[in-house]
Amino acid sequence: MMNNFILFLIILIALALVALIYRLIKGPTVPDRVIALDSIGVSIIALVGLFSIYVKTSFYMEVALLLAILSFIGTIAFSKFIEKGEIIDRGDSD
Amino acid sequence: MKMNNVILKTTVQVSFFIIFLFSIHIFLAGHFAPGGGFVGGLLTASALVLLLLTYDIKTVQKLLPINYMMMTAVGLALALGTASISVFFGDAFFKHYFSHFEIPLLGNTELHTAMLFDSGVYLVVVGVTMIIIQSIGGDE
Repeated sequence: MMNNFILFLIILIALALVALIYRLIKGPTVPDRVIALDSIGVSIIALVGLFSIYVKTSFYMEVALLLAILSFIGTIAFSKFIEKGEIIDRGDSD
Repeated sequence: MKMNNVILKTTVQVSFFIIFLFSIHIFLAGHFAPGGGFVGGLLTASALVLLLLTYDIKTVQKLLPINYMMMTAVGLALALGTASISVFFGDAFFKHYFSHFEIPLLGNTELHTAMLFDSGVYLVVVGVTMIIIQSIGGDE
């Protein structure tokens, strides 16, 4: 019963991932694509967590944490690129 | 155009240390569990990149006055030295020694020479990544 429920949730998140990938490719503007990429990161974290419950091991938890960190940094870099046009300041312009 | 990102700066001041501690955990877990010098080094580099994104290159250089060229050189020397030390004892290249020690506070601990090689890899990965990112981000 529990296993079937988790499989159902995994399939739902996979469908959400397909929709997000459509938005990532089609997305009319750049912020759409950035938000789609961030949501893909969050969905993959949820997918890894559910899969870790499904196969009854805790080794995948570090993968989820690592993906969260990388997705966080990537989103910040994209946001800064959209807003300022440069990612890393040199620090002597002002 | 000067921006004052209060939310980002406050968040990064906490999450930098969380990411750094997680990288140390990944680095030390790396013999019997997933992890190791390479992943730990990449995570440390990404924590430093987070600082670079939030502040700027000069501030981070003042905050952490590390010469990354020197760091890479020390890491390469450590990795090569650990790999070749076994030649002088008549064993094969890259031979790996380990033993059990009684350490206060930790109890019976297994210590490996692969750890020293891994710390060399860690230093090389952090140094090379930071050199690449600083030289890409620092030009006009």
